[in-house]
Formats: sequence, structure tokens, C-alpha cells
Amino acid sequence: MARGVGSYIIIRGLMIIPTILILYTIVFIFLRILPGDPILAVVGTKNIPPEQLAHLRAMAGLDKPLYVQYFDYLFRMIRGDFGVTLAFPQGKPVWEYLKLRFPATLELTIFSFTVSVLLGLITGVIAAKNKGTKIDTSMRIYSIVAYTLFIPWFGMMLQYLFGVHFHLLPTSGRIDPGIDLQRITGLYVLDSILTGNWEAFTSAIRHLVLPSITLGMVLSGAYTRLVRNNMVDVLSQDFIRSYHARGVKHWKVTLYALKNAFIPVITLMGLQFAILLGGAVLTETTFSWPGMGTFIVDRIDYRDYNAIQGAVVFFAFFVGLISLVVDVIYALLDPRVKY
Amino acid sequence: MEIITKIVHPIFEKKPGRGLLIFGLAIVIIVILMAIFAPLIAPYDPTKTSDDSFQPPSAEHLMGTNRLGQDVFSRIVWGSRIVLYVVFIATLLSMSIGIPLGLISGYHGGKIDRALSIIMDSIYAFPALILAIVIAVVLGPSPINTAIAISFVYVPTYFRMVRGQTLSLKEQLFVEAARAIGARDKEIMVKYILPNLAPTVLVVFTLSVADAILTEAGLSFLGLSVTPPTPDWGYDLRVGQPFLLDGYWWLVFFPGAMIMLLAMAFALIGEALSERISLATR
Repeated sequence: MARGVGSYIIIRGLMIIPTILILYTIVFIFLRILPGDPILAVVGTKNIPPEQLAHLRAMAGLDKPLYVQYFDYLFRMIRGDFGVTLAFPQGKPVWEYLKLRFPATLELTIFSFTVSVLLGLITGVIAAKNKGTKIDTSMRIYSIVAYTLFIPWFGMMLQYLFGVHFHLLPTSGRIDPGIDLQRITGLYVLDSILTGNWEAFTSAIRHLVLPSITLGMVLSGAYTRLVRNNMVDVLSQDFIRSYHARGVKHWKVTLYALKNAFIPVITLMGLQFAILLGGAVLTETTFSWPGMGTFIVDRIDYRDYNAIQGAVVFFAFFVGLISLVVDVIYALLDPRVKY
Repeated sequence: MEIITKIVHPIFEKKPGRGLLIFGLAIVIIVILMAIFAPLIAPYDPTKTSDDSFQPPSAEHLMGTNRLGQDVFSRIVWGSRIVLYVVFIATLLSMSIGIPLGLISGYHGGKIDRALSIIMDSIYAFPALILAIVIAVVLGPSPINTAIAISFVYVPTYFRMVRGQTLSLKEQLFVEAARAIGARDKEIMVKYILPNLAPTVLVVFTLSVADAILTEAGLSFLGLSVTPPTPDWGYDLRVGQPFLLDGYWWLVFFPGAMIMLLAMAFALIGEALSERISLATR
């Protein structure tokens, strides 16, 4: 019996809890139980007074037994407290950074995601419509090559070509320095639309082009494959033939077929989003993009385990949420899914 | 013996996709030879600095020189050793954990299976690179630590595939027959199910090696794999980037192209093999 969409969403929502707990536990084990003192790692080999060491330890919550630390951090995190940074600056809430950095990563991933799906759809449809020809083969090779592009290298080649050679596009940052943009959501494109600041809008878009193409192209290969195979299946079905027989325009039939071929692609999106976030770390580093990825990398230099733990667990929340959203969209679109 | 012919035979069979397979194999073999004979191939000492910094590619320096005047080509030749070493160890580790766990989990089922599946699925759903970064940070920069970090994130790939295959294999007639003649569980797993997993494992192996190469390069690009002056493709890319905008493209072009070529070679082999052995891998 159908129990309604509402209860499906709740049950599916509860399922992300174990996922987040498991990831939190893994990160906790690695950062806290493995050999190596995080505090000594921060201060290095310098001789510092024991009182200061004890103070730092207390600040990071490291003076308590491990199991207390484990639950302490977990409950604080649920309330939005991700601990404090251990160094440079000392004692600043990690949440402050996440609030500032996460919108940057979100904006980059949204644009890259769009690029990857569009590229995947276009190449996939081209391949399916030319099934068995050289074009089909070259789209297949495209999907493999795109998948194995090394993000920093591909990004740098684009930087060199469009930034250095043609002087067309900016190669780093999110917006031109000197542009004043009122911060509402932290998504610059959205903020500039909301405030009607077109100078900021153009600048933000121009800064997004190269990083989004870099990350989007790498992820498009998986869609190419899936869209192609689904399209081939759908195009061979009876209803498509009857459209053709009734004289429906060619591009319209393609559109109808694409609608049917698209539903399985949604399932792939959830998994692709996780890969997208991993790739975002490299993309951000390559393009000096001030997001979560560069935050983690910066904190590595300071050996700031607290901040790294906070950022990674925050990522886990986000990944869980995305998989939930994808599943719900899928359930709503595909009538075969039983709630 | 039978397994080997089963695997080797399709490679040389004349079917579409053979070109991709041979191309991929050729690149892999070239890189392996490069790593083995690095001292003979590299014209210069990869770590030796000189006054000839930022020289563009020429007959003397095939791929130019970097800021420290080191020969880029020699660093690439020697760098192949690090990549292959890290990826080989990492893959071996994740296989030796993921395959047995998947086999046991799929064969016995029950609570252990459910618990392991949830854990593996959680790791699998999380960005591999970010998890590898956490582990690499804690362990500290060294090739063996990088290998451990990478191996951890690819265990679920093998686990999921082996578990799924075991679930369907254990229902097959030959397993039932073995059980009827009194074979014990351990015997069935090792003697009857494991050999039948070989083709799938091979495909997943090549695809995950391609992935692992990119992850290794990613970690060393972030400065988490080797310490200078060790030659490493990902690390050289990191060091070369600040000079790219000044026009010194050869500092990043060649190391990055090598990373991509090697990953692509494995992906092409995996692609061709999966088609030939005709298995659904994902």
C-alpha cells in the first residue's frame, strides 16, 4: 500500500543518519586515535610552557577521555558547533569559516554540475542518434578521456590558453577585486541578481567559466555513457516509431525520447555529486577559489585537525542531504517507485 | 590455467575495441619500462639543480628545465616509479581487504553482511579524495602512507562488486552440487566461487587503478604525498603552477599529460576488457 510521499521522505531522511555517523566515526578514529598528538603537530617542535600546552589541549577538548570526546563533539555538532580552530587564528569557531566558504563551493558545484549534465546530454544524444558509426565511437572515447582528465592539469591548460594567451578570462578568485557586493546568500551570482549589481554579476560569471568547465567536463563522461545507452533503448521502442509514422518532427521525437531516457540519469546524479565535491577540492586549489576545498588545504598546512574534522563532517552532512534530495526527486518522477 | 586462457584469449581476439586495448596496454608497458630502466633513460640526475633554470624544451633538455634548473624529462622518467609504486601497493592492499570481506559478507549474509554493507556504502558514497586527504594528513607525507590512504578509499569498490557476484554465484547449480558432495563453506568460497570472480576482479582492478592514479596525483598535487626533491608528477605540477602564468608552460604540461595518459591507458584497458568479458561492472 502506498503510504504517501511524506512518510517516504521521512524514512529516507532517517537513513542518512547512519551514513553520517559512520563517516564521523571514521574521521574521528583517524584524527584522534591514530598515533600523533594534534597539539604537538600544531606547535611543532618548539618548546612551549606546559600551561599553554594544557590550555590548547582543553580548547580542543583533548583533555577528556576519548569516548567523552566522541559524543561531546557529536552533540555539539548537531547544534551547529563545529569546534574552534587550533592555529592562525587560535580559537575562532570553525563554523564561521564554513559559513563563509561553503557558499563558494556550492556555487562552483552548481555551475559545474550544470555543465556536466548539459555536456553529457548533448554528447549522449549525439552518440545515440549516430549509433554504430564513427561519431558514436568518438563520443565513447570522449567519455573515457573526460573521465581521466586530471583536474589541476586540465584547469591549468585552460588558464594558460584563455588567461595568458588570449587574455579573455580571469584565472583565479571569485570576483574582481574592488567590486563591492552586498552579501546575502554568499552565492555571488545570486546576490548580484538580488541587488541588481550587474557589474558584479558579469564579474562573478566570468570567474566561474573556467573552473566550472574544468570540473564539469571531467564529470560529463559518465552521463554521456548513460544517456547514450538509455537513448538507444528508448529510440527503439514502439511509441517512438509511431511518432515518426504520424509525421512528428524529428527534433520533437528526440525530445520525447530524451525525457524517457533522463529518469535513470537522476540516480547517477547523487553519486556524481560526491565525486564532484572531491573534484572541487582540486579545482578550488587550481583556481584559488576560496571555498571548502581550499579551506581544508589551508588548514592542512597548520595541521589544524579540529578545523579539518569540522569541514569533513560538514561535507558528510551535505553528501547525505544531496543523496536524499536525489532519491526523493527520483521517487516523484518515476511512477514505478513504491513509497 | 583455465582462468589465464579465459583472460588472455579475449585480449587477442579480433573484436571491435581491440585498438583501444592495444593502445592502453602499450602505454602501460612503456611507463613500466620507463620506471624499471629510469637510470638508463633519464639523461640527467632528476634531483640535481643547475644554473640553467626555466630553459624551454630543446635538444639538450627535451622537456625543458624548472626553477631549480632540474631536467623536466628526467624528473618525469623517475617520477613514474613513485606513481606505479604507490598505486601498486594501494591496489594490492584494497584488494586483499575488499575481496575476502565481500566474499564472506555475500556468502554468509546475516547481520555481519548488513553491518559491513552499510559501512562500505557510506564510505563509497563519500568523496574518495576528501577521505584520502584526511588519512594522508594524519599519516604524514610519504609514498607508503599515500598508498595506505588510497587503499582505504577503494576497499568498498572491491567489496561491493565481490559481494554482489557472490550473492548470485552461491545460488548456482555447481555450488549446490559441491555442497551436496560435502564441501565445507570455506572450500566452496575459495575453490568454487573465488575463481569465478577473476574476470570481474580484473575489470574492476583496471578501472580502480585508473582512479587511484588520479587520486595519487591529486594528493601529491596538494602536497600530501612526497617531500622534495623526490620527483613525482603530481608534486611537480604543484611546484610548476605559480610559473605557468609567466609563460613557463612546460613545467606543468608534461607531468600533467603523463598523469592523464597513464590513467587513460588503464581506463581504456578496463573499458575494452569489460566489453569483452561482457560483464556489468557497475
